Amino acid sequence: MTTLEKVRQRAESDAKTYGYYLNPDPDFLQDLLEGLRKNEERYGYPSCPCRLATGNLELDRDIICPCDYRDPDVAEYGTCYCALYMRKDLYEGKTPITPIPERRPPEKQARVYTTTTNATPTQMPEITEAKTPLAQTASTVEKKLWYCKQCGYVIFREDPPYICPICKAKKEMFAEIKTSIMMQG
Amino acid sequence: MKTSKVEGKNSKHKVLIYAISTCAWCKMTKKYLKDNNIAYEYVDVDLTNDEDHEKIRDDIIRKGGEPSYPTIIIDEKTLITGFRKDKINEALII
Repeated sequence: MTTLEKVRQRAESDAKTYGYYLNPDPDFLQDLLEGLRKNEERYGYPSCPCRLATGNLELDRDIICPCDYRDPDVAEYGTCYCALYMRKDLYEGKTPITPIPERRPPEKQARVYTTTTNATPTQMPEITEAKTPLAQTASTVEKKLWYCKQCGYVIFREDPPYICPICKAKKEMFAEIKTSIMMQG
Repeated sequence: MKTSKVEGKNSKHKVLIYAISTCAWCKMTKKYLKDNNIAYEYVDVDLTNDEDHEKIRDDIIRKGGEPSYPTIIIDEKTLITGFRKDKINEALII
């Protein structure tokens, strides 16, 4: 089981790597870390505590913390959607920390509402019926190989990431790798 | 849909919060209303079933919002996306 301390260490280490700071409000930070811990416990991965997850890894991949939108959000607004990660000026109180708009595309958000979450399988009796749409949705996620034209980073998933995690190139710098197998003889 | 009720001295407005149980902004919104003695109801969307997910999403979109949390609905017509203290204050005269 993931402990709160482990979640904290992971966030601290990630913030350090990217030159970000964690939210300076100890209670707010504690709530976010506890949310990440809870999501890891119920979904198996630390999806964003401030977004609705499906419990389906393929559909939630872009919102696993640190989410795909963190870097562009910190660059534009100074903080990520949850206000877990932020720039130094916000951390130091020179710029106020306020909620920011959702960058996640609406079509990705919409899938949450057509899919059953694994998180609450026994809460209401009627949702046990709804397992089929999840399997159907999962199978419709077509994964492709993408490579970053700037640094060569390769990723196998539905869409290229918002920003290359290695060299920070924008999504537009990613191209699909198409493979074909020739059978001869 | 089952909502949780929080009592408050000021119950002049019908305040409903669509929240996520793990979301720090949502917690902050609930706390802010409680600290200001505003009576409100809330639903933690991640703890509801599929049918309620859909209802909540439809309700938010119908009122001109986007399904992001917290969403605060005042008197079934004024919708505020996110913990926007200025807008909440204006709507509830805090």
